[in-house]
Amino acid sequence: MTRWLRSFGAFWYDFVIGDDWRGAAVVAVALALTALLVHAASVNAWWLLPIAVIGALGWSLRRATSGKP
Amino acid sequence: MSSLALFLTVFIACAVEAVEALTIVLAAGLTRDWRSTFQGMAAALAVLAVTVAVLGPALTLVPLTALRLIVGALLAVFGLQWLRKAILRASGYKGLHDEEAIYARQVAAAQTATSEGRRGVRDWYAFTLSFKGVLLEGLEVVFIAITFGANQQNQGLAAVAAAAAVVVVAAVGIAVRAPLSRVPENSLKFAVGVMLTSFGMFWGAEGAGVSWPGNDAALLAIVPATALVGLGYTALLRRARASARAAVPAAGRSAA
Repeated sequence: MTRWLRSFGAFWYDFVIGDDWRGAAVVAVALALTALLVHAASVNAWWLLPIAVIGALGWSLRRATSGKP
Repeated sequence: MSSLALFLTVFIACAVEAVEALTIVLAAGLTRDWRSTFQGMAAALAVLAVTVAVLGPALTLVPLTALRLIVGALLAVFGLQWLRKAILRASGYKGLHDEEAIYARQVAAAQTATSEGRRGVRDWYAFTLSFKGVLLEGLEVVFIAITFGANQQNQGLAAVAAAAAVVVVAAVGIAVRAPLSRVPENSLKFAVGVMLTSFGMFWGAEGAGVSWPGNDAALLAIVPATALVGLGYTALLRRARASARAAVPAAGRSAA
């Protein structure tokens, strides 16, 4: 049962998060910051998520390719 | 714009996954047993249909703001995965998805596997190969179709797009009876990655409380901007790879 649960969890982790969990973490943090800026500071921070996503993609690509010919 | 984007994104995503599923189904059917292969395919399609039937209506019960936040985040993460892989493949850092090579591997494995009947299925290997292939490729499509459809409040159009893609790929597959290796899978995956990431950012930020400048028209800027960033990263990586590969023989020559 534990093994089944573990493989079930691993499947969904791989399905949603994939090879690099950092991208998912950046998206989650950026969305939380956006909500905070909008609701607590009344800043319409529409620009924050695109910047974070573009940065996360670049960061992930750099990690995937560094040291590879 | 939104309905067309919904249709095209689901259609292309579904077509790409259907091409991959077709490769597995052909390998199982042509080398093992067509009846068991079709049984596996039908069982997987039934599981996918139940998933859509349960999750689709369930998502319509979630308030739109919460739905956009959660689904937007998931689509952005999912889109980043597709985009990342497509860029790595386009720049040569990852091998291109080769349907003919995959087909050859599946055929070799299918030819050596033992034949065994189970639970009314003549060839269990062909059944499970086809079932797993269709289910795993189909899950991604179901996820995209349900989330896009729920957010646009047009699940019917998403279902039509998915079904149309399956019909087109199946018809071409039946006609050529070979893996569809000429389909530009990576370019299509890049396009789907751009759409998923763009709509994910748009809906996610809206769910977090943002008002986009120009409302829905903001997508007309977000989608091309995301595509340009993706193409820019691809060009940069190609250049970096070319210079790294040029530097290796030069270093080897000077050492010699």
